[in-house]
Amino acid sequence: MNLLEFQGKQLFARVGVPVPEGRVAATPAEARRAAEELGGKVVVKAQVRIGGRGKAGGIKVADEPQAAEEAAAAIVGMDIKGHRVNLVWVERATEIAAEWYVSFTLDRGVGRHLAMVSARGGMDIEAVAASDPAAVVRRHIDPVVGLAEWQATDLVYRAGLERAAARPAAATLRRLYRAFVDLDCDLVEVNPLVLTAAGEVVALDAKVTLDSNAFFRHPDFEAFREAFAEDPLERLAREKGLGFIKLDGSVGIIGNGAGLVMSTLDVVSLVGGAAANFLDVGGGAGAETISDALEVLTRDPAVRAVLVNIFGGITRCDLVAQGIVDAIGSRDLPWPIVVRLDGTNAPEGRAILAEAASERVIPAATMLEAAQRAVDLAGGR
Amino acid sequence: MAVYVDGTTRLLVQNLTGREGSFHAMRNRAYGTNVVAGVSPGRGGQEVQGVPVFDTVSAAVEATGANTTLCFVPAPFASDAILEAAASPGMRLIVCITEGIPAHDEARVVNYLRQTTGVPLIGPNCPGVISPGKANVGIMPHEICLPGRVGVVSRSGTLTYQAVHELTTRGIGQSTCVGIGGDPVPGTSFVDVLSRFEADPETEAVVLIGEIGGEAEEQAAAFIKAHMTKPVVAYIAGFTAPPGKKMGHAGAIISGSSGTAAAKKEALEAAGAVVVTYPTEIGEAVAAL
Repeated sequence: MNLLEFQGKQLFARVGVPVPEGRVAATPAEARRAAEELGGKVVVKAQVRIGGRGKAGGIKVADEPQAAEEAAAAIVGMDIKGHRVNLVWVERATEIAAEWYVSFTLDRGVGRHLAMVSARGGMDIEAVAASDPAAVVRRHIDPVVGLAEWQATDLVYRAGLERAAARPAAATLRRLYRAFVDLDCDLVEVNPLVLTAAGEVVALDAKVTLDSNAFFRHPDFEAFREAFAEDPLERLAREKGLGFIKLDGSVGIIGNGAGLVMSTLDVVSLVGGAAANFLDVGGGAGAETISDALEVLTRDPAVRAVLVNIFGGITRCDLVAQGIVDAIGSRDLPWPIVVRLDGTNAPEGRAILAEAASERVIPAATMLEAAQRAVDLAGGR
Repeated sequence: MAVYVDGTTRLLVQNLTGREGSFHAMRNRAYGTNVVAGVSPGRGGQEVQGVPVFDTVSAAVEATGANTTLCFVPAPFASDAILEAAASPGMRLIVCITEGIPAHDEARVVNYLRQTTGVPLIGPNCPGVISPGKANVGIMPHEICLPGRVGVVSRSGTLTYQAVHELTTRGIGQSTCVGIGGDPVPGTSFVDVLSRFEADPETEAVVLIGEIGGEAEEQAAAFIKAHMTKPVVAYIAGFTAPPGKKMGHAGAIISGSSGTAAAKKEALEAAGAVVVTYPTEIGEAVAAL
């Protein structure tokens, strides 16, 4: 789960990483009040869960409260790469002496943590990494051992961070790594981590991705969602326990297992159609889950036909069929459903569909045939 | 011969007394797998349909000579259960079905196993391993399998079934099917399984099912090019998957353009694998080898 900047900074403050003082504001008037309380020069920053805010005009410096109000008026409501800005973060401006880049993430290729540090932080870090790879120092961290003190020091000196600040920089790296591990983050990225004119090390940004598998250890993290402008379809699906992503096409897709669903998207595209969504009911879905999945798709007006592609393992095809029959019986589904069932209890599932004898349900023998039928019915080739 | 599991497998099931543990243990036993013990702390002395339950893995291993474990322990406790299994002398394989283990727990356990006992871990978040006609250790629907000479390895559960189904419906049997799971730090990689298939005299060809993300397919391609003499048919899912909603730059800096379905397909083709476009073409492509 990606966090907003101010939420990430709240987590940084918990582990002792200094962040500028600030306030959240949803309206220009609130931004003005925040600037008045903070006093002096402030920075007004769009809160969106995507990178590239600065280049999109989502960050503005304001010398006094009136300017902060105007900045917020310009930023709130802005669209940044498809993300609408509902909140701004107003923080006290920082006198910057140097801008660094720091991140901790998992390097899947080697199965270890990866630290990346650069003395050339700021907006163009990807370009720096591409044109001058040596400017970004990379070190793997053994998850069994963690980031040792010597290793944090090594990162600081090898990246060429300002020597006078080597101690506080290394200490900050260790604290950020502690946040990464103890708070179960998939990513902790600070760009820029700055050295202030006064010689302090301060996190000016925070990109934090939490591992939702670890929320049982951090029950308070659920509350972060309250600040998100979540897509209503995606929220409904999440509340029903379904993996859902909205896409641009007209064929609604329901399948079990991320790999099979991705493959179904590909096949639909190959036969000339386009998927309206990715919807994974997961392993062991019962009748109710399937019925819920169909309900989610009824909320999407772009759907013209639905393709249910199930290969039962832990999932039982008879329960899937029952869920489809239940959904047809309890609500008026606006589109035909092409169903392909194989694997555990597939003959029983096919029998249930045959018995229901609904003209809205079209059985298909193979995944390819099912995709072709669904694309035809959606009217798109 | 088959790889990982066969007639010599003596299976222990961790959390045998749970709903999924008992259901799949009994299915595996019905298939002919030698299920010798279960472990559920606090339930030692009980039985599940004739299978004795122990409080700890070490007690179960001492009493029954179990050499393989199948773990159904819930995610918050699963990494501890894997470490317990790895600490038991005589344990030669750990298969973990559990989904949703925190990434940091998984990274610690996998790195620890690599550095210490070296007991192979398959999974977590995987459907397990089946050597058709010999043993099933996991949740794969064995009805779709057929004994034979094609090895199957996959990151995705249901796509594995799809691939096996395509083979079986053409009368092409499998030596072993291994689901390595789709988690960020799998205990067993494509390369680990490919090297076993290459060394297995009963495996004549390999089907590899990959998907977007990570570098596992690229690493598999490098291994195929350098070490495989047996033919490989591959399928990659995710050509039309939407780009992830990435926030930071770290992912892009690490991976560059690798990780996409197109890059994986290209790498595998350059290594000499036959990469099919539709999953329904897998059987055809193997038959044509």
